[in-house]
Amino acid sequence: MSGLRSKVITLYKHLQYLGRDYPGLNGPQKFRKQIHDAFIKNKDERDPKKIVALLAQGRYLAKEVEALYSLKKYRSVKQRYSCNEMQSGNAN
Amino acid sequence: MARVLVGVKRVIDYAVKVRVKPEKNGVVTQGVKHSMNPFDEIAVEEAVKLKEKKLAGEIIAVSVGPAQSQEVIRTALAMGADRGVHVEVSAAEYDLLQPVHVSKILAKLALDEKADLVILGKQAIDDDANQTAQMTAAVLDWPQGTFCNKVEKTDAGLTIVREIDGGLETIKTKIPAVLSADLRLNTPRYATLPNIMKAKKKPLKKVTPKDLGVDTSPRIEIISVEDPPVRQAGAAVADVDALVAKLKAGGHI
Repeated sequence: MSGLRSKVITLYKHLQYLGRDYPGLNGPQKFRKQIHDAFIKNKDERDPKKIVALLAQGRYLAKEVEALYSLKKYRSVKQRYSCNEMQSGNAN
Repeated sequence: MARVLVGVKRVIDYAVKVRVKPEKNGVVTQGVKHSMNPFDEIAVEEAVKLKEKKLAGEIIAVSVGPAQSQEVIRTALAMGADRGVHVEVSAAEYDLLQPVHVSKILAKLALDEKADLVILGKQAIDDDANQTAQMTAAVLDWPQGTFCNKVEKTDAGLTIVREIDGGLETIKTKIPAVLSADLRLNTPRYATLPNIMKAKKKPLKKVTPKDLGVDTSPRIEIISVEDPPVRQAGAAVADVDALVAKLKAGGHI
């Protein structure tokens, strides 16, 4: 049980760390609050199977956020450095 | 096994809207988010991938800049580099530092560290010079593979696919060589918190350009930094005749 507990804490820290770069106005604050609330909601869960499932869900979310950051960066850099003459000089 | 030197630069984060200082002598950097140059992230990732494939043995991450440049070296270490070298210059020196200086520094380090490969990002998103890799190769008299889209190690050396105008070009080079990473070379990994913690224990050596025998005297002077001109609004026309009339009136045809 203590092994699962440390995994949950590690996942929480990881998601909080990821949230720093979340886009949008007050993105990081909103994202981090949502993570906090989601973890609080499940804090009394004791069934190991359910905890493992929730951990998997959390890790999936972390991968999705990483993919979001990666794609956003790729698309921005691609747009700026493509030879497309339609590029706006005053983009973003 | 190959030793890889990767150059990383601390730049204003790609997502930040850059603003010119009211004094018009530079852009606002105080309190602005900085991160590793996106093309340098791709360079680091390529080096780490080579190590994972057991084609490279050791990765050394280098950054030239003031004290804060250590942050991007730490990020490179967190992504998988083995040790870091910070070539420290003063903030004033840094403002006027150019690829011609950096390339000499990297070349000296490549020789001192007995690197087999130097991998850089193709250009920095702040100065957009696209010169450092080429100049470094010239100083070292090593072959260069720039705008890399794909890098493969063969028995004879490297087979590189490059992004050029109108398509892709495949070249073969021997090792040692200097490479510059283009956007589609790979997708960089996100440095996780545990890796960042582990990176703090990896060695980070500090040197100065003088230690390397490189003169960083400025060769340029910044006269002014200004916003690009505001785009003129376009105008819609009803039909082709109106368009031709407008072009004639504007003296374009």
